[in-house]
Amino acid sequence: MAGVSLREVVKRYGNVEAIHGIDLEVIDGEFLVLVGPSGCGKSTLLRMVAGLEEITDGTISIGDRVVNDVPASQRNLSMVFQSYALYPHMSVRRNLAFGLTNLKMPKPEIERRVAEAAKILQIGDLMERKPRQLSGGQKQRVAIGRAIVREPQLFLFDEPLSNLDAELRVQMRVELAGLYNRLGTTMIYVTHDQVEAMTMASRIAVLSAGNLEQLGTPVELYERPQNTFVATFIGSPKMNMISGAADKGGITIPDFGTLEVPGSVPNGAISVGVRPEQFCVGAGGDVSTKAKITLVEYLGSEAFVHVVLSSGAKLMVKASSHAAHKVGDELVLGINKAEAHYFGPDGLRLGYFDDDR
Amino acid sequence: MTDLAAPTTADQVREVAAQLRAQRQRQQRNAALLKHAFLILCTLIMLYPLIWLVLASFKPDNQIFNQALSLWPEEFKWQNYPEGWNGLAVSFTRFFGNSLFITILAVIGNVLSSSFAAYAFARLEFNGKNIFFAMMMMTLMIPYHVVLIPQYILFLNMGWVNSFLPLIVPKFLASDAFFVFLMVQFFRQLPRELDEAAMIDGCSPFKIYWAIIMPLSLPAVATASIFTFIWTWDDFLGPLVYLNNIDNYTAPLALRMFTSQDSVSEYGQMFAMSVLSILPIVLFFVVFQKFIIRGIAMSGLK
Repeated sequence: MAGVSLREVVKRYGNVEAIHGIDLEVIDGEFLVLVGPSGCGKSTLLRMVAGLEEITDGTISIGDRVVNDVPASQRNLSMVFQSYALYPHMSVRRNLAFGLTNLKMPKPEIERRVAEAAKILQIGDLMERKPRQLSGGQKQRVAIGRAIVREPQLFLFDEPLSNLDAELRVQMRVELAGLYNRLGTTMIYVTHDQVEAMTMASRIAVLSAGNLEQLGTPVELYERPQNTFVATFIGSPKMNMISGAADKGGITIPDFGTLEVPGSVPNGAISVGVRPEQFCVGAGGDVSTKAKITLVEYLGSEAFVHVVLSSGAKLMVKASSHAAHKVGDELVLGINKAEAHYFGPDGLRLGYFDDDR
Repeated sequence: MTDLAAPTTADQVREVAAQLRAQRQRQQRNAALLKHAFLILCTLIMLYPLIWLVLASFKPDNQIFNQALSLWPEEFKWQNYPEGWNGLAVSFTRFFGNSLFITILAVIGNVLSSSFAAYAFARLEFNGKNIFFAMMMMTLMIPYHVVLIPQYILFLNMGWVNSFLPLIVPKFLASDAFFVFLMVQFFRQLPRELDEAAMIDGCSPFKIYWAIIMPLSLPAVATASIFTFIWTWDDFLGPLVYLNNIDNYTAPLALRMFTSQDSVSEYGQMFAMSVLSILPIVLFFVVFQKFIIRGIAMSGLK
């Protein structure tokens, strides 16, 4: 097992800089998820750790060894690809054993490891099949099996579940989490699916346009997003952003009213973020207003209500599915000051009421 | 088609459905008959020269052109085969041996060298890759006859004329741009993630080529093999230019020796040997075309 540390890592393709100097410390034995919208550089970063992309600037170390110039095969890591990348002409058994044979490992040891991986992943009866005779979920298991037989100090996953259908994805997510608990090896996992990120990660690194936006536990990212990007990226449906203003009297939220802030508040524009599930529907809240319902999305366990305020601002509110909300009805919405998030004009978090949370 | 009244009872529905089904089957059978008749006719037209050749190889010389329109020989003259085999100064054992030797080495050389070059173009990074690729593609546009004389002078100076070397050595140097291009295109459509997985699994670039790329490229390899085999086996101009000694002659060169301007031509024997010289190509094709089909079944990664 080993931690990974990235220091001022830069990736340039010709004149285009894709990664702008990222510092990231992956703790030994943690499950770190890299998440971000497509094109944010998360896969590039993973491939640089794997040794499949050259590092333009900065250093990457695995354990206490700088690996910038170490070829992929000698970094003692395994990678699971999005397309599985199973060798189509080899049986499952040979797919699993291929890497170990290349390491000139003794035969009994190879057989022991292959058998153990087959047992863990329950693919024992598929061993003589070719990849084309496997279903998507089975291919995924074999791909993971190929990674674990090497008993590496680091696992890399590049969107491994995105080719699976929704039901299988949930199942494999649980199995991957179980595998992590069993092995306890450091894992770096790339995904664009925030549900995967939130459910599996020890810590999440949110990336955007080649920059690290925030690194923290799922709870930290949800409760204290450091900027508007993380605030709107984490959470589904996404956080409502209301533009307000701050002055001596406190924070003024249009339609709702003014929140008093202890201590002094610098004057200026401010964004107030409220998650759909954090509105007080019906009554309550430190400030409140009336809103008109424009659309109701009924999901069974809950309902998402789209509303418009008298100023014309549109918000999305999560409501109980039992309340019979109808389009055209009026609704009273309240905001608890400690449950809202406040961001300055530069998009960075202002820590108002953080102590009350 | 006659309009049928909309059925009302269940029995009527069954009856009407059966009627329609019978009608449809009749139409399909007639269409199939017509289609097959047309295809059989086309096949016969295309196969006619070959059938004529095979049957003429059993005719005595005086019948071949006198009764050229009647396909079937009046009597089968099997002796054309043994007489043809030994009809020249050197027996055909030698000629077929020469042809086979040159062709097999050419196939091995072409497949190995073209796939090497193609792997470099498709997967490796090196300076001037695009320029070299463009240069290689340009050689496709130069007709063989343009390079024939310079090439002859080159091999003459090297002392290789009247040996098999000019016909074999170039094949080991990826001189056939067509096959390099064919394989580059094939390698490019193999997913790069396979290479990357193999890299992490500890493969060198050569090991990736040998253990991953080549086994997955059997269709391209089979195509290159079949064409190289046919073109080398059939080649007349190359051996004509470089081989002077009858001991070195290939089968096509030997076949020409049956016809001569000054003495009587042995057409029956020539046709008999022509039939034999076609057989290796047919056999090779039958064996290797399976790989083309199997290779296609292997793709489809996801």
